[in-house]
Amino acid sequence: MKKPVIKVEVENRKKDASSRRGFLKLGGLAVVGSSLMLYSCAPEEEEFLTADAKAKGVNNKKVFNLGEGDRAILNYAYILEQLEAAFYTEVVQGSSLSFSEMDGDYEIFYDIYQHELIHRDFFELVLNSLFSPGQVAPTLEFDFKSVDFTSRDNVLAVSQILEDTGVQAYNGAGSLLENSTYLLLAGKIVSIEARHASAIRDLIGDETGDADNFADEDVTVSLSLGDQIFAEAFDDAVDPREILERVAGTGFLQTRIIANNVPTE
Amino acid sequence: MSFINFLDKIADGKSLDAKGSRRETFGHFANVGKKAAMASIPFAMAATSNKTKAATMASSYASAMASPTEILNFALTLEYLEKEFYQIAMDTDGLITGDDAREVFGLILRHEDEHVNFLLTALGDNAVAKPEFDFTVNGAFDTFSNYQTFLLLSQGFEDTGVRAYKGQAGALIDNNALLEYALQIHSVEARHASQVRRMRMEKGWITNAGDVNSPIAAVYAGEDNTVQGGVDLTSALPQYSKASITEAFDEPLTMDEVNAIAGLFIV
Repeated sequence: MKKPVIKVEVENRKKDASSRRGFLKLGGLAVVGSSLMLYSCAPEEEEFLTADAKAKGVNNKKVFNLGEGDRAILNYAYILEQLEAAFYTEVVQGSSLSFSEMDGDYEIFYDIYQHELIHRDFFELVLNSLFSPGQVAPTLEFDFKSVDFTSRDNVLAVSQILEDTGVQAYNGAGSLLENSTYLLLAGKIVSIEARHASAIRDLIGDETGDADNFADEDVTVSLSLGDQIFAEAFDDAVDPREILERVAGTGFLQTRIIANNVPTE
Repeated sequence: MSFINFLDKIADGKSLDAKGSRRETFGHFANVGKKAAMASIPFAMAATSNKTKAATMASSYASAMASPTEILNFALTLEYLEKEFYQIAMDTDGLITGDDAREVFGLILRHEDEHVNFLLTALGDNAVAKPEFDFTVNGAFDTFSNYQTFLLLSQGFEDTGVRAYKGQAGALIDNNALLEYALQIHSVEARHASQVRRMRMEKGWITNAGDVNSPIAAVYAGEDNTVQGGVDLTSALPQYSKASITEAFDEPLTMDEVNAIAGLFIV
């Protein structure tokens, strides 16, 4: 699997002897034809300082601290769902869309659009019922100008990345949750992301003649137990920091996400 | 986490008594299977309304949590079932004939085979033996002579697999390594399910309680749940249809519910 090559600046800033904060630096995305090329922008030190200053208890649309424990994971999921919801809103409602009214694709995209909006609104409900407003991720702004919404290939390629990433993100976040109710909810959602990923990848496979594209070796990973290795029959599980770095690398997200207290085990 | 730690965690989970409970449990399934074989629509016997209700409640899992070894053996039995099902299908002349279909089911077979190998290794000496399967349920299904029946059962097994792994996640919450492995298999089963459903000209996701008139209707008992995290989303988020709300969340099944379904195919 050729994972998107994303370089994200993670600035470690010593606040004191025991506290290191990692700030995720947003990068940029260039879309060339039907393939995605992801790269990072050069770091802008001044912006880091701004973010650092604002991070001290202030959450606004430019910077948000995920927090810690299960709240951090729920905020993280909420942000990923906001990203997906915003993207599919563009796909389904965007004025620039021109690929033949999407023909037979419309039902699939419309369904996914509804599911992602429901996931987003559900996390908003859950988070606001559990935490005070400052502890809940705000409504984020996204920038999809790098996506060619008139290109079916391009929309499918971005959809595939979002859905596969969603699967890997929930798989990696599950074991970080402490509360079994949240874990079950995450489990109820991750398989929907996997169903989406499978369908989107199959639409792409129809074009490329790869009937097994829904779960082939470019997305599945091998596992090992001791010295035994098991061939690619498993989805990846990726931890929140790496996912956030990948998301930052797309340039879609216009808000800095501070993930320094997100659970790691 | 190392393999040694992994095994230690399993050993800590009261797994040493698993042999007795295993025999008892699977004996129970076998009985269910024999009774069900006499029904013309075997899957319909697998669920009751009480169980359906339980499937929608997270709290029902906490009260009857299985040990890690029991969960791994439960998963292994399902994977044995899927692997043998696809192996026979791929080996049956004239059943899966299209190049694309053979590519799809060839991949799914390789996945299930590797899931079996993984679970066997993880369990070591504690692994249950492969049961004897009858995928026709005493002739009730023309499973390997009718491609549509094969596809229908494939969909049923994959969607059951998704619900089965999901139902055990809570019991693994204190075993991070095992939970993550289970999730890594769980989402692959969901990819399979979506693909097979779409080959049957259905949506890749489950609307309401699935096709209630299908022979595999019982696989979908409780999938029409709209209460998530204690909130009925049909009233909290009225801008969305009930169909979309049910599609947006997959529901778990308890171990007993899954075993009742799988047991129909165990001789």
